[in-house]
Amino acid sequence: MVEKKQAGYWLTHLGLIIGVLFIFFPVWLAFVGSTVTNDDILQPPFPVLPGPHFIENYKNTLLYGGPEDYVYNHIPIVKMLINSTIMALGITIGKIIISLLSAFAFVYFKFPFRRTFFWLIFITLMLPVEVRIVPTYEVVANLNMLNSYSGLILPLIASATATFLFRQFFLTVPNEMIEAARMDGAGPIQFFKDILIPISRTNIAALFVIMFVYGFNQYLWPLLITTDTSMQTIVMGIKFMIPTGDDFGHWPTIFSTAILSMIPTVLIVIGMQKFFVKGLLESDK
Amino acid sequence: MEKRVIFKGWWLPLLLVSPQLIISAVFFFYPSGEAIWNSLFLPDPFGLKSEFVGIDNFTFLFGDPYYRASFITTAIFSISVSVLSMGLGLYFAVLADRLIKGAGVYQTLLIWPYAVAPAVAGVLWMFMFNGRIGLVSWYLGLLGYDWNHALHSGEAMSLVIVASTWSRVSYNFIFFLAGLQAIPKSIIEAAAIDGAKFWKRFRTIVFPLLSPISFFLLVVNIVYAFFETFGVIHTITSGGPEQATTTLVYKVYADGFVGQDLGSSAAQSVILLICVGLLTVFQFKYIERKVHY
Repeated sequence: MVEKKQAGYWLTHLGLIIGVLFIFFPVWLAFVGSTVTNDDILQPPFPVLPGPHFIENYKNTLLYGGPEDYVYNHIPIVKMLINSTIMALGITIGKIIISLLSAFAFVYFKFPFRRTFFWLIFITLMLPVEVRIVPTYEVVANLNMLNSYSGLILPLIASATATFLFRQFFLTVPNEMIEAARMDGAGPIQFFKDILIPISRTNIAALFVIMFVYGFNQYLWPLLITTDTSMQTIVMGIKFMIPTGDDFGHWPTIFSTAILSMIPTVLIVIGMQKFFVKGLLESDK
Repeated sequence: MEKRVIFKGWWLPLLLVSPQLIISAVFFFYPSGEAIWNSLFLPDPFGLKSEFVGIDNFTFLFGDPYYRASFITTAIFSISVSVLSMGLGLYFAVLADRLIKGAGVYQTLLIWPYAVAPAVAGVLWMFMFNGRIGLVSWYLGLLGYDWNHALHSGEAMSLVIVASTWSRVSYNFIFFLAGLQAIPKSIIEAAAIDGAKFWKRFRTIVFPLLSPISFFLLVVNIVYAFFETFGVIHTITSGGPEQATTTLVYKVYADGFVGQDLGSSAAQSVILLICVGLLTVFQFKYIERKVHY
Protein backbone atom coordinates (compact mmCIF):
# COMPACT_ATOMS: atom_id res chain seq x y z
CA MET A 1 0.00 0.00 0.00
CA VAL A 2 1.32 3.37 -0.94
CA GLU A 3 -0.27 5.66 1.62
CA LYS A 4 -0.99 4.66 5.18
CA LYS A 5 -4.50 5.51 6.17
CA GLN A 6 -6.20 3.77 9.05
CA ALA A 7 -9.76 4.16 7.71
CA GLY A 8 -8.79 2.91 4.26
CA TYR A 9 -6.97 -0.03 5.79
CA TRP A 10 -10.01 -1.23 7.73
CA LEU A 11 -12.32 -0.59 4.79
CA THR A 12 -10.09 -2.82 2.67
CA HIS A 13 -10.41 -5.61 5.20
CA LEU A 14 -14.14 -5.03 5.52
CA GLY A 15 -14.60 -5.25 1.74
CA LEU A 16 -12.65 -8.50 1.59
CA ILE A 17 -14.47 -10.01 4.55
CA ILE A 18 -17.83 -9.29 2.90
CA GLY A 19 -16.52 -11.08 -0.19
CA VAL A 20 -15.35 -14.05 1.83
CA LEU A 21 -18.76 -14.26 3.53
CA PHE A 22 -20.54 -14.21 0.14
CA ILE A 23 -18.27 -17.03 -1.01
CA PHE A 24 -18.71 -19.10 2.16
CA PHE A 25 -22.45 -18.56 2.65
CA PRO A 26 -23.90 -21.32 0.39
CA VAL A 27 -21.36 -23.86 1.59
CA TRP A 28 -21.95 -22.97 5.23
CA LEU A 29 -25.67 -23.58 4.73
CA ALA A 30 -24.91 -26.92 3.09
CA PHE A 31 -22.72 -27.85 6.03
CA VAL A 32 -25.47 -26.87 8.51
CA GLY A 33 -27.96 -28.87 6.45
CA SER A 34 -25.73 -31.91 6.64
CA THR A 35 -25.77 -31.90 10.47
CA VAL A 36 -29.52 -31.71 11.20
CA THR A 37 -32.52 -33.98 10.62
CA ASN A 38 -34.71 -33.91 7.53
CA ASP A 39 -37.59 -32.54 9.65
CA ASP A 40 -35.44 -29.59 10.73
CA ILE A 41 -35.05 -28.72 7.07
CA LEU A 42 -38.61 -29.39 5.93
CA GLN A 43 -40.00 -27.09 8.66
CA PRO A 44 -38.70 -23.60 7.88
CA PRO A 45 -36.93 -21.43 8.71
CA PHE A 46 -33.74 -23.20 7.80
CA PRO A 47 -31.36 -23.47 10.79
CA VAL A 48 -28.24 -21.30 10.67
CA LEU A 49 -26.17 -23.21 13.22
CA PRO A 50 -25.03 -26.85 12.93
CA GLY A 51 -27.05 -29.56 14.67
CA PRO A 52 -25.92 -32.71 16.53
CA HIS A 53 -26.37 -35.26 13.71
CA PHE A 54 -23.04 -34.84 11.92
CA ILE A 55 -21.63 -38.32 12.53
CA GLU A 56 -24.92 -40.12 11.96
CA ASN A 57 -25.67 -38.32 8.67
CA TYR A 58 -22.20 -38.71 7.20
CA LYS A 59 -22.02 -42.36 8.22
CA ASN A 60 -25.36 -43.13 6.57
CA THR A 61 -24.43 -41.19 3.45
CA LEU A 62 -21.00 -42.70 3.01
CA LEU A 63 -21.87 -46.30 3.82
CA TYR A 64 -25.49 -46.67 2.68
CA GLY A 65 -26.34 -43.65 0.54
CA GLY A 66 -28.90 -42.42 3.07
CA PRO A 67 -30.71 -43.44 6.28
CA GLU A 68 -32.31 -46.88 6.48
CA ASP A 69 -35.93 -45.73 6.56
CA TYR A 70 -35.44 -43.72 3.42
CA VAL A 71 -35.02 -46.07 0.50
CA TYR A 72 -32.89 -44.69 -2.24
CA ASN A 73 -32.28 -46.08 -5.65
CA HIS A 74 -28.59 -45.40 -5.44
CA ILE A 75 -25.33 -46.61 -4.05
CA PRO A 76 -23.17 -45.80 -1.02
CA ILE A 77 -21.57 -42.42 -1.59
CA VAL A 78 -18.13 -43.83 -0.85
CA LYS A 79 -18.49 -45.82 -4.09
CA MET A 80 -19.34 -42.61 -5.97
CA LEU A 81 -16.28 -40.93 -4.47
CA ILE A 82 -14.13 -43.82 -5.66
CA ASN A 83 -15.63 -43.63 -9.16
CA SER A 84 -15.01 -39.88 -9.31
CA THR A 85 -11.44 -40.28 -8.11
CA ILE A 86 -10.69 -43.00 -10.66
CA MET A 87 -12.17 -40.88 -13.43
CA ALA A 88 -10.26 -37.76 -12.33
CA LEU A 89 -6.94 -39.59 -11.97
CA GLY A 90 -7.44 -41.40 -15.28
CA ILE A 91 -8.09 -38.15 -17.13
CA THR A 92 -5.23 -36.35 -15.39
CA ILE A 93 -2.57 -39.00 -15.79
CA GLY A 94 -3.71 -39.89 -19.31
CA LYS A 95 -3.57 -36.29 -20.46
CA ILE A 96 -0.18 -35.69 -18.90
CA ILE A 97 1.38 -38.81 -20.41
CA ILE A 98 0.10 -38.45 -23.95
CA SER A 99 0.90 -34.77 -24.05
CA LEU A 100 4.42 -35.15 -22.65
CA LEU A 101 5.09 -37.73 -25.36
CA SER A 102 3.71 -35.72 -28.24
CA ALA A 103 5.25 -32.43 -27.06
CA PHE A 104 8.62 -34.21 -26.91
CA ALA A 105 8.17 -35.46 -30.46
CA PHE A 106 7.13 -32.05 -31.79
CA VAL A 107 10.00 -30.15 -30.22
CA TYR A 108 12.93 -32.52 -30.63
CA PHE A 109 12.28 -34.41 -33.85
CA LYS A 110 11.74 -33.77 -37.52
CA PHE A 111 9.36 -36.26 -39.04
CA PRO A 112 6.91 -36.57 -41.92
CA PHE A 113 3.60 -34.71 -41.42
CA ARG A 114 4.87 -32.92 -38.33
CA ARG A 115 3.08 -29.67 -39.22
CA THR A 116 -0.12 -31.49 -40.20
CA PHE A 117 -0.23 -33.43 -36.96
CA PHE A 118 0.52 -30.30 -35.00
CA TRP A 119 -2.43 -28.46 -36.55
CA LEU A 120 -4.71 -31.46 -36.12
CA ILE A 121 -4.00 -31.45 -32.40
CA PHE A 122 -4.26 -27.68 -32.31
CA ILE A 123 -7.83 -27.82 -33.66
CA THR A 124 -8.93 -30.04 -30.76
CA LEU A 125 -8.23 -27.07 -28.46
CA MET A 126 -11.33 -25.40 -29.73
CA LEU A 127 -14.06 -27.92 -29.14
CA PRO A 128 -15.16 -29.05 -25.70
CA VAL A 129 -16.97 -32.37 -25.46
CA GLU A 130 -20.27 -30.53 -24.87
CA VAL A 131 -20.44 -29.54 -28.54
CA ARG A 132 -20.21 -33.03 -29.96
CA ILE A 133 -21.95 -35.03 -27.27
CA VAL A 134 -24.37 -37.00 -29.45
CA PRO A 135 -21.87 -38.45 -31.96
CA THR A 136 -19.24 -38.99 -29.24
CA TYR A 137 -21.84 -40.87 -27.23
CA GLU A 138 -22.48 -43.10 -30.27
CA VAL A 139 -18.77 -43.83 -30.66
CA VAL A 140 -18.50 -44.82 -27.00
CA ALA A 141 -21.65 -46.94 -27.26
CA ASN A 142 -20.33 -48.72 -30.38
CA LEU A 143 -17.06 -49.45 -28.60
CA ASN A 144 -19.06 -51.01 -25.74
CA MET A 145 -17.67 -48.51 -23.29
CA LEU A 146 -20.92 -47.27 -21.71
CA ASN A 147 -20.84 -47.75 -17.94
CA SER A 148 -17.10 -48.26 -17.90
CA TYR A 149 -14.14 -46.29 -16.62
CA SER A 150 -12.56 -46.18 -20.06
CA GLY A 151 -15.77 -44.64 -21.42
CA LEU A 152 -15.66 -42.02 -18.68
CA ILE A 153 -11.98 -41.26 -19.19
CA LEU A 154 -10.83 -41.67 -22.81
CA PRO A 155 -13.08 -39.12 -24.60
CA LEU A 156 -12.02 -36.44 -22.12
CA ILE A 157 -8.32 -37.05 -22.68
CA ALA A 158 -8.55 -35.76 -26.25
CA SER A 159 -7.50 -32.19 -25.62
CA ALA A 160 -4.48 -30.20 -26.60
CA THR A 161 -4.02 -27.81 -23.69
CA ALA A 162 -1.36 -29.84 -21.93
CA THR A 163 0.50 -30.58 -25.18
CA PHE A 164 0.87 -26.88 -25.85
CA LEU A 165 1.99 -26.13 -22.33
CA PHE A 166 4.73 -28.76 -22.43
CA ARG A 167 5.77 -27.74 -25.92
CA GLN A 168 6.09 -24.14 -24.74
CA PHE A 169 8.21 -25.27 -21.81
CA PHE A 170 10.44 -27.62 -23.81
CA LEU A 171 11.23 -24.77 -26.20
CA THR A 172 12.75 -22.84 -23.30
CA VAL A 173 15.12 -25.67 -22.39
CA PRO A 174 18.62 -24.58 -23.51
CA ASN A 175 20.09 -26.48 -26.46
CA GLU A 176 23.31 -26.95 -24.49
CA MET A 177 21.53 -29.47 -22.32
CA ILE A 178 20.76 -31.71 -25.29
CA GLU A 179 24.27 -31.29 -26.66
CA ALA A 180 25.72 -32.26 -23.30
CA ALA A 181 23.42 -35.25 -23.07
CA ARG A 182 24.39 -36.36 -26.55
CA MET A 183 28.07 -35.93 -25.77
CA ASP A 184 27.56 -38.30 -22.87
CA GLY A 185 26.02 -40.77 -25.28
CA ALA A 186 22.39 -40.45 -24.20
CA GLY A 187 19.74 -41.38 -26.75
CA PRO A 188 16.41 -39.59 -27.13
CA ILE A 189 14.56 -41.86 -24.68
CA GLN A 190 17.22 -41.49 -22.03
CA PHE A 191 17.26 -37.72 -22.50
CA PHE A 192 13.48 -37.63 -22.14
CA LYS A 193 13.42 -39.84 -19.08
CA ASP A 194 16.48 -38.58 -17.19
CA ILE A 195 16.54 -34.88 -18.07
CA LEU A 196 13.31 -33.60 -19.58
CA ILE A 197 10.83 -35.21 -17.15
CA PRO A 198 12.72 -34.21 -14.00
CA ILE A 199 13.04 -30.55 -15.07
CA SER A 200 9.34 -30.47 -16.02
CA ARG A 201 8.08 -31.51 -12.61
CA THR A 202 6.71 -28.10 -11.53
CA ASN A 203 4.78 -27.92 -14.79
CA ILE A 204 3.54 -31.45 -14.31
CA ALA A 205 2.37 -30.63 -10.78
CA ALA A 206 0.63 -27.46 -11.96
CA LEU A 207 -1.20 -29.33 -14.70
CA PHE A 208 -2.06 -32.12 -12.31
CA VAL A 209 -4.05 -29.77 -10.07
CA ILE A 210 -5.95 -28.14 -12.94
CA MET A 211 -6.72 -31.43 -14.71
CA PHE A 212 -7.74 -33.21 -11.53
CA VAL A 213 -10.28 -30.52 -10.70
CA TYR A 214 -11.49 -30.57 -14.31
CA GLY A 215 -11.85 -34.35 -14.32
CA PHE A 216 -13.41 -34.70 -10.89
CA ASN A 217 -16.04 -32.03 -11.59
CA GLN A 218 -17.24 -33.45 -14.93
CA TYR A 219 -21.03 -33.53 -15.02
CA LEU A 220 -22.61 -33.84 -18.46
CA TRP A 221 -20.42 -36.65 -19.79
CA PRO A 222 -20.86 -39.07 -16.84
CA LEU A 223 -24.57 -38.18 -16.79
CA LEU A 224 -24.88 -39.47 -20.35
CA ILE A 225 -22.84 -42.62 -20.29
CA THR A 226 -23.58 -44.08 -16.86
CA THR A 227 -26.96 -45.78 -16.76
CA ASP A 228 -25.76 -48.30 -14.20
CA THR A 229 -25.98 -46.69 -10.73
CA SER A 230 -22.81 -48.45 -9.56
CA MET A 231 -20.83 -46.35 -12.07
CA GLN A 232 -22.22 -42.97 -10.98
CA THR A 233 -19.80 -40.23 -10.04
CA ILE A 234 -20.52 -38.08 -7.01
CA VAL A 235 -21.04 -34.80 -8.87
CA MET A 236 -23.74 -36.24 -11.13
CA GLY A 237 -25.11 -38.61 -8.48
CA ILE A 238 -26.40 -35.65 -6.43
CA LYS A 239 -28.80 -34.74 -9.23
CA PHE A 240 -30.69 -38.00 -8.75
CA MET A 241 -31.25 -37.35 -5.04
CA ILE A 242 -33.06 -34.07 -5.56
CA PRO A 243 -36.76 -34.66 -4.96
CA THR A 244 -39.20 -34.01 -7.78
CA GLY A 245 -42.96 -33.60 -7.58
CA ASP A 246 -44.54 -34.64 -4.28
CA ASP A 247 -41.44 -36.34 -2.96
CA PHE A 248 -39.79 -34.66 0.05
CA GLY A 249 -36.35 -36.09 -0.51
CA HIS A 250 -33.76 -36.48 2.22
CA TRP A 251 -31.90 -33.20 2.38
CA PRO A 252 -29.27 -34.09 5.02
CA THR A 253 -28.11 -36.83 2.66
CA ILE A 254 -28.00 -34.43 -0.28
CA PHE A 255 -26.07 -31.83 1.72
CA SER A 256 -23.56 -34.28 3.14
CA THR A 257 -23.00 -35.62 -0.39
CA ALA A 258 -22.45 -32.07 -1.65
CA ILE A 259 -19.90 -31.40 1.11
CA LEU A 260 -18.15 -34.73 0.46
CA SER A 261 -17.99 -33.95 -3.26
CA MET A 262 -15.99 -30.77 -2.56
CA ILE A 263 -13.45 -32.17 -0.13
CA PRO A 264 -10.99 -33.86 -2.55
CA THR A 265 -10.77 -30.97 -5.00
CA VAL A 266 -10.76 -28.20 -2.38
CA LEU A 267 -7.99 -29.97 -0.45
CA ILE A 268 -5.88 -30.30 -3.60
CA VAL A 269 -6.42 -26.69 -4.66
CA ILE A 270 -5.61 -25.30 -1.20
CA GLY A 271 -2.81 -27.77 -0.45
CA MET A 272 -1.11 -27.23 -3.80
CA GLN A 273 -2.11 -23.57 -4.07
CA LYS A 274 1.15 -22.41 -5.63
CA PHE A 275 0.96 -25.02 -8.38
CA PHE A 276 -2.74 -24.39 -8.84
CA VAL A 277 -2.23 -20.66 -9.43
CA LYS A 278 0.69 -21.34 -11.76
CA GLY A 279 -1.28 -23.95 -13.69
CA LEU A 280 -4.30 -21.70 -14.01
CA LEU A 281 -2.33 -18.69 -15.20
CA GLU A 282 -0.44 -20.74 -17.75
CA SER A 283 -3.01 -23.14 -19.12
CA ASP A 284 -5.88 -20.63 -19.29
CA LYS A 285 -8.33 -23.29 -20.37
CA MET B 1 9.93 -23.12 -32.72
CA GLU B 2 12.89 -24.94 -34.28
CA LYS B 3 15.53 -26.36 -32.00
CA ARG B 4 19.06 -26.34 -33.35
CA VAL B 5 19.82 -29.83 -32.16
CA ILE B 6 17.32 -32.43 -33.23
CA PHE B 7 17.30 -36.14 -32.70
CA LYS B 8 17.35 -38.36 -35.75
CA GLY B 9 14.88 -40.98 -36.91
CA TRP B 10 11.18 -40.72 -37.74
CA TRP B 11 9.55 -43.87 -36.42
CA LEU B 12 10.14 -42.95 -32.78
CA PRO B 13 8.46 -39.52 -33.00
CA LEU B 14 5.56 -41.04 -34.90
CA LEU B 15 5.21 -43.59 -32.14
CA LEU B 16 5.31 -40.81 -29.55
CA VAL B 17 2.56 -38.72 -31.15
CA SER B 18 0.37 -41.70 -32.01
CA PRO B 19 -1.50 -42.02 -28.66
CA GLN B 20 -2.72 -38.45 -28.85
CA LEU B 21 -3.51 -38.72 -32.56
CA ILE B 22 -5.46 -41.95 -32.14
CA ILE B 23 -7.52 -40.61 -29.24
CA SER B 24 -8.18 -37.37 -31.10
CA ALA B 25 -9.22 -39.28 -34.21
CA VAL B 26 -11.59 -41.65 -32.42
CA PHE B 27 -13.18 -39.26 -29.94
CA PHE B 28 -12.78 -35.96 -31.69
CA PHE B 29 -12.46 -35.97 -35.47
CA TYR B 30 -14.73 -38.90 -36.19
CA PRO B 31 -17.60 -37.60 -33.97
CA SER B 32 -17.19 -34.05 -35.28
CA GLY B 33 -17.33 -35.33 -38.85
CA GLU B 34 -20.35 -37.41 -37.91
CA ALA B 35 -22.07 -34.29 -36.53
CA ILE B 36 -21.46 -32.41 -39.78
CA TRP B 37 -22.65 -35.39 -41.83
CA ASN B 38 -25.76 -36.00 -39.69
CA SER B 39 -26.72 -32.35 -39.85
CA LEU B 40 -27.51 -32.88 -43.54
CA PHE B 41 -29.85 -35.83 -42.95
CA LEU B 42 -33.25 -36.42 -41.45
CA PRO B 43 -33.62 -39.80 -39.73
CA ASP B 44 -37.04 -41.46 -39.96
CA PRO B 45 -38.96 -41.87 -36.67
CA PHE B 46 -37.81 -45.47 -36.23
CA GLY B 47 -34.17 -44.63 -36.76
CA LEU B 48 -33.88 -47.23 -39.52
CA LYS B 49 -32.74 -45.01 -42.35
CA SER B 50 -32.21 -41.36 -42.96
CA GLU B 51 -32.93 -39.14 -45.87
CA PHE B 52 -30.62 -36.50 -47.30
CA VAL B 53 -32.20 -33.12 -46.72
CA GLY B 54 -29.34 -30.69 -47.43
CA ILE B 55 -29.54 -27.57 -45.32
CA ASP B 56 -33.17 -28.19 -44.34
CA ASN B 57 -32.21 -28.91 -40.73
CA PHE B 58 -30.57 -25.49 -40.55
CA THR B 59 -33.42 -23.58 -42.17
CA PHE B 60 -35.84 -25.40 -39.88
CA LEU B 61 -33.73 -24.45 -36.84
CA PHE B 62 -33.59 -20.79 -37.68
CA GLY B 63 -37.33 -20.83 -38.29
CA ASP B 64 -37.86 -22.20 -34.78
CA PRO B 65 -38.62 -19.32 -32.38
CA TYR B 66 -37.31 -21.37 -29.42
CA TYR B 67 -33.95 -21.79 -31.13
CA ARG B 68 -33.70 -18.11 -31.98
CA ALA B 69 -34.66 -17.33 -28.39
CA SER B 70 -31.88 -19.56 -27.07
CA PHE B 71 -29.33 -17.36 -28.88
CA ILE B 72 -30.63 -14.36 -26.94
CA THR B 73 -30.73 -16.41 -23.72
CA THR B 74 -27.13 -17.50 -24.26
CA ALA B 75 -26.02 -13.94 -24.96
CA ILE B 76 -27.74 -12.49 -21.87
CA PHE B 77 -26.49 -15.31 -19.70
CA SER B 78 -22.86 -15.31 -20.93
CA ILE B 79 -22.44 -11.56 -20.84
CA SER B 80 -24.02 -11.25 -17.37
CA VAL B 81 -21.88 -14.03 -15.91
CA SER B 82 -18.70 -12.64 -17.50
CA VAL B 83 -19.28 -9.05 -16.46
CA LEU B 84 -20.42 -9.88 -12.91
CA SER B 85 -17.70 -12.40 -12.15
CA MET B 86 -15.00 -10.18 -13.68
CA GLY B 87 -16.27 -7.15 -11.77
CA LEU B 88 -16.27 -8.98 -8.45
CA GLY B 89 -12.94 -10.66 -9.21
CA LEU B 90 -11.35 -7.30 -10.00
CA TYR B 91 -12.86 -5.71 -6.88
CA PHE B 92 -11.48 -8.40 -4.57
CA ALA B 93 -8.12 -8.38 -6.37
CA VAL B 94 -7.76 -4.60 -5.99
CA LEU B 95 -8.54 -4.85 -2.28
CA ALA B 96 -6.21 -7.79 -1.69
CA ASP B 97 -3.43 -6.05 -3.62
CA ARG B 98 -3.67 -3.06 -1.24
CA LEU B 99 -2.67 -5.20 1.70
CA ILE B 100 0.96 -5.77 2.47
CA LYS B 101 0.22 -8.53 4.93
CA GLY B 102 -2.71 -10.88 4.63
CA ALA B 103 -3.21 -10.88 0.85
CA GLY B 104 -2.19 -14.54 0.85
CA VAL B 105 -4.77 -15.45 3.48
CA TYR B 106 -7.55 -13.77 1.53
CA GLN B 107 -6.34 -15.47 -1.63
CA THR B 108 -6.75 -18.85 0.06
CA LEU B 109 -10.19 -17.88 1.34
CA LEU B 110 -11.35 -16.68 -2.07
CA ILE B 111 -10.00 -19.23 -4.53
CA TRP B 112 -11.49 -22.51 -3.33
CA PRO B 113 -14.90 -22.17 -5.07
CA TYR B 114 -12.97 -22.92 -8.25
CA ALA B 115 -12.70 -26.45 -6.89
CA VAL B 116 -16.44 -26.83 -6.34
CA ALA B 117 -18.18 -28.45 -9.31
CA PRO B 118 -20.59 -26.05 -11.07
CA ALA B 119 -23.30 -28.70 -10.74
CA VAL B 120 -22.83 -28.81 -6.95
CA ALA B 121 -22.85 -25.00 -6.79
CA GLY B 122 -26.12 -25.22 -8.69
CA VAL B 123 -27.61 -27.61 -6.13
CA LEU B 124 -26.66 -25.29 -3.24
CA TRP B 125 -28.11 -22.15 -4.83
CA MET B 126 -31.19 -24.01 -6.00
CA PHE B 127 -31.88 -25.08 -2.42
CA MET B 128 -31.44 -21.58 -0.97
CA PHE B 129 -34.25 -20.40 -3.24
CA ASN B 130 -36.30 -23.59 -3.06
CA GLY B 131 -40.03 -22.83 -2.62
CA ARG B 132 -41.21 -23.11 0.98
CA ILE B 133 -38.08 -24.59 2.56
CA GLY B 134 -35.15 -22.63 1.11
CA LEU B 135 -33.60 -20.09 3.49
CA VAL B 136 -33.68 -17.08 1.17
CA SER B 137 -37.04 -17.81 -0.44
CA TRP B 138 -38.61 -18.35 2.99
CA TYR B 139 -37.46 -14.95 4.26
CA LEU B 140 -38.51 -13.34 0.98
CA GLY B 141 -41.92 -14.93 1.59
CA LEU B 142 -42.08 -13.28 5.03
CA LEU B 143 -41.46 -9.96 3.31
CA GLY B 144 -44.38 -10.70 1.05
CA TYR B 145 -42.39 -11.65 -2.05
CA ASP B 146 -43.34 -14.96 -3.60
CA TRP B 147 -40.10 -16.27 -5.14
CA ASN B 148 -40.66 -19.16 -7.53
CA HIS B 149 -37.98 -19.74 -10.14
CA ALA B 150 -39.88 -22.75 -11.44
CA LEU B 151 -42.57 -20.37 -12.71
CA HIS B 152 -40.96 -16.98 -13.24
CA SER B 153 -38.43 -16.88 -16.03
CA GLY B 154 -36.70 -13.71 -14.81
CA GLU B 155 -36.04 -15.26 -11.41
CA ALA B 156 -34.81 -18.47 -13.01
CA MET B 157 -32.37 -16.54 -15.17
CA SER B 158 -31.10 -14.44 -12.22
CA LEU B 159 -30.53 -17.54 -10.16
CA VAL B 160 -28.48 -19.39 -12.79
CA ILE B 161 -26.48 -16.21 -13.36
CA VAL B 162 -25.75 -15.75 -9.64
CA ALA B 163 -24.79 -19.41 -9.15
CA SER B 164 -22.49 -19.39 -12.20
CA THR B 165 -20.94 -16.12 -11.07
CA TRP B 166 -20.30 -17.57 -7.64
CA SER B 167 -18.33 -20.44 -9.09
CA ARG B 168 -16.41 -18.19 -11.48
CA VAL B 169 -15.28 -15.28 -9.26
CA SER B 170 -12.17 -17.06 -8.00
CA TYR B 171 -10.85 -17.65 -11.52
CA ASN B 172 -11.02 -13.96 -12.40
CA PHE B 173 -9.70 -12.97 -8.98
CA ILE B 174 -6.52 -15.01 -9.51
CA PHE B 175 -5.85 -13.50 -12.95
CA PHE B 176 -6.51 -9.93 -11.83
CA LEU B 177 -4.42 -10.31 -8.68
CA ALA B 178 -1.50 -11.67 -10.73
CA GLY B 179 -1.97 -8.77 -13.16
CA LEU B 180 -1.99 -6.20 -10.37
CA GLN B 181 1.04 -7.65 -8.66
CA ALA B 182 2.97 -7.44 -11.92
CA ILE B 183 2.56 -3.67 -12.10
CA PRO B 184 5.82 -2.13 -10.84
CA LYS B 185 5.25 -0.46 -7.49
CA SER B 186 7.56 2.39 -8.53
CA ILE B 187 5.05 3.65 -11.10
CA ILE B 188 2.29 3.74 -8.49
CA GLU B 189 4.57 5.43 -5.98
CA ALA B 190 5.65 8.07 -8.50
CA ALA B 191 1.98 8.88 -9.16
CA ALA B 192 1.30 9.01 -5.42
CA ILE B 193 4.16 11.45 -4.91
CA ASP B 194 2.66 13.60 -7.67
CA GLY B 195 -0.45 13.70 -5.53
CA ALA B 196 -2.72 11.24 -7.40
CA LYS B 197 -5.23 9.67 -5.03
CA PHE B 198 -6.18 5.98 -5.14
CA TRP B 199 -9.12 6.29 -7.51
CA LYS B 200 -7.22 8.53 -9.90
CA ARG B 201 -4.26 6.13 -9.91
CA PHE B 202 -6.59 3.26 -10.60
CA ARG B 203 -8.30 5.00 -13.50
CA THR B 204 -5.23 6.42 -15.20
CA ILE B 205 -2.53 3.83 -14.50
CA VAL B 206 -3.76 0.53 -13.15
CA PHE B 207 -6.80 0.00 -15.32
CA PRO B 208 -5.08 0.73 -18.66
CA LEU B 209 -2.30 -1.66 -17.68
CA LEU B 210 -4.90 -4.32 -16.90
CA SER B 211 -6.81 -3.96 -20.15
CA PRO B 212 -5.04 -6.69 -22.17
CA ILE B 213 -5.76 -9.19 -19.42
CA SER B 214 -9.35 -7.96 -19.14
CA PHE B 215 -9.97 -8.56 -22.84
CA PHE B 216 -8.45 -11.98 -22.60
CA LEU B 217 -10.60 -12.81 -19.56
CA LEU B 218 -13.74 -11.60 -21.30
CA VAL B 219 -13.32 -14.12 -24.12
CA VAL B 220 -12.35 -16.96 -21.78
CA ASN B 221 -15.32 -16.22 -19.53
CA ILE B 222 -17.75 -16.17 -22.42
CA VAL B 223 -16.44 -19.56 -23.56
CA TYR B 224 -16.83 -20.77 -19.96
CA ALA B 225 -20.41 -19.49 -19.76
CA PHE B 226 -21.18 -21.22 -23.07
CA PHE B 227 -19.96 -24.68 -22.12
CA GLU B 228 -19.10 -25.25 -18.52
CA THR B 229 -22.32 -23.98 -16.97
CA PHE B 230 -24.40 -26.90 -18.19
CA GLY B 231 -24.33 -28.39 -14.69
CA VAL B 232 -25.62 -25.19 -13.08
CA ILE B 233 -28.53 -24.91 -15.49
CA HIS B 234 -29.37 -28.61 -15.38
CA THR B 235 -29.52 -28.74 -11.58
CA ILE B 236 -31.33 -25.43 -11.02
CA THR B 237 -33.85 -25.04 -13.81
CA SER B 238 -33.41 -27.85 -16.36
CA GLY B 239 -33.63 -25.13 -18.99
CA GLY B 240 -37.07 -23.95 -17.87
CA PRO B 241 -39.49 -22.39 -17.27
CA GLU B 242 -40.69 -22.28 -20.89
CA GLN B 243 -37.07 -22.73 -22.09
CA ALA B 244 -36.17 -19.37 -20.51
CA THR B 245 -32.78 -20.68 -19.36
CA THR B 246 -32.10 -22.99 -22.31
CA THR B 247 -28.71 -21.97 -23.65
CA LEU B 248 -27.34 -23.27 -26.96
CA VAL B 249 -25.37 -26.06 -25.29
CA TYR B 250 -28.33 -27.03 -23.12
CA LYS B 251 -30.48 -27.25 -26.24
CA VAL B 252 -28.06 -29.63 -27.97
CA TYR B 253 -28.47 -31.90 -24.97
CA ALA B 254 -32.24 -31.43 -24.65
CA ASP B 255 -32.96 -32.03 -28.34
CA GLY B 256 -30.36 -34.75 -28.87
CA PHE B 257 -30.83 -36.87 -25.75
CA VAL B 258 -34.18 -35.97 -24.26
CA GLY B 259 -36.01 -35.17 -27.50
CA GLN B 260 -34.07 -37.70 -29.65
CA ASP B 261 -34.14 -35.25 -32.56
CA LEU B 262 -30.76 -36.25 -33.98
CA GLY B 263 -30.76 -34.25 -37.21
CA SER B 264 -31.58 -31.02 -35.42
CA SER B 265 -29.15 -31.72 -32.60
CA ALA B 266 -26.37 -32.38 -35.11
CA ALA B 267 -27.16 -29.14 -36.94
CA GLN B 268 -27.01 -27.31 -33.60
CA SER B 269 -23.62 -28.89 -32.89
CA VAL B 270 -22.36 -27.59 -36.22
CA ILE B 271 -23.63 -24.08 -35.46
CA LEU B 272 -21.94 -24.18 -32.03
CA LEU B 273 -18.78 -25.43 -33.68
CA ILE B 274 -18.80 -22.37 -35.92
CA CYS B 275 -19.48 -20.07 -32.93
CA VAL B 276 -16.55 -21.45 -30.95
CA GLY B 277 -14.35 -21.35 -34.03
CA LEU B 278 -15.13 -17.66 -34.50
CA LEU B 279 -14.51 -16.90 -30.81
CA THR B 280 -11.16 -18.68 -30.96
CA VAL B 281 -10.10 -16.89 -34.14
CA PHE B 282 -11.13 -13.60 -32.53
CA GLN B 283 -9.13 -14.47 -29.45
CA PHE B 284 -6.00 -15.26 -31.45
CA LYS B 285 -6.31 -12.34 -33.79
CA TYR B 286 -7.09 -9.52 -31.45
CA ILE B 287 -5.91 -10.68 -28.10
CA GLU B 288 -2.52 -11.90 -27.14
CA ARG B 289 -3.25 -15.41 -26.02
CA LYS B 290 -0.39 -15.87 -23.62
CA VAL B 291 -0.28 -13.17 -21.01
CA HIS B 292 3.15 -13.12 -19.46
CA TYR B 293 3.84 -11.64 -16.09
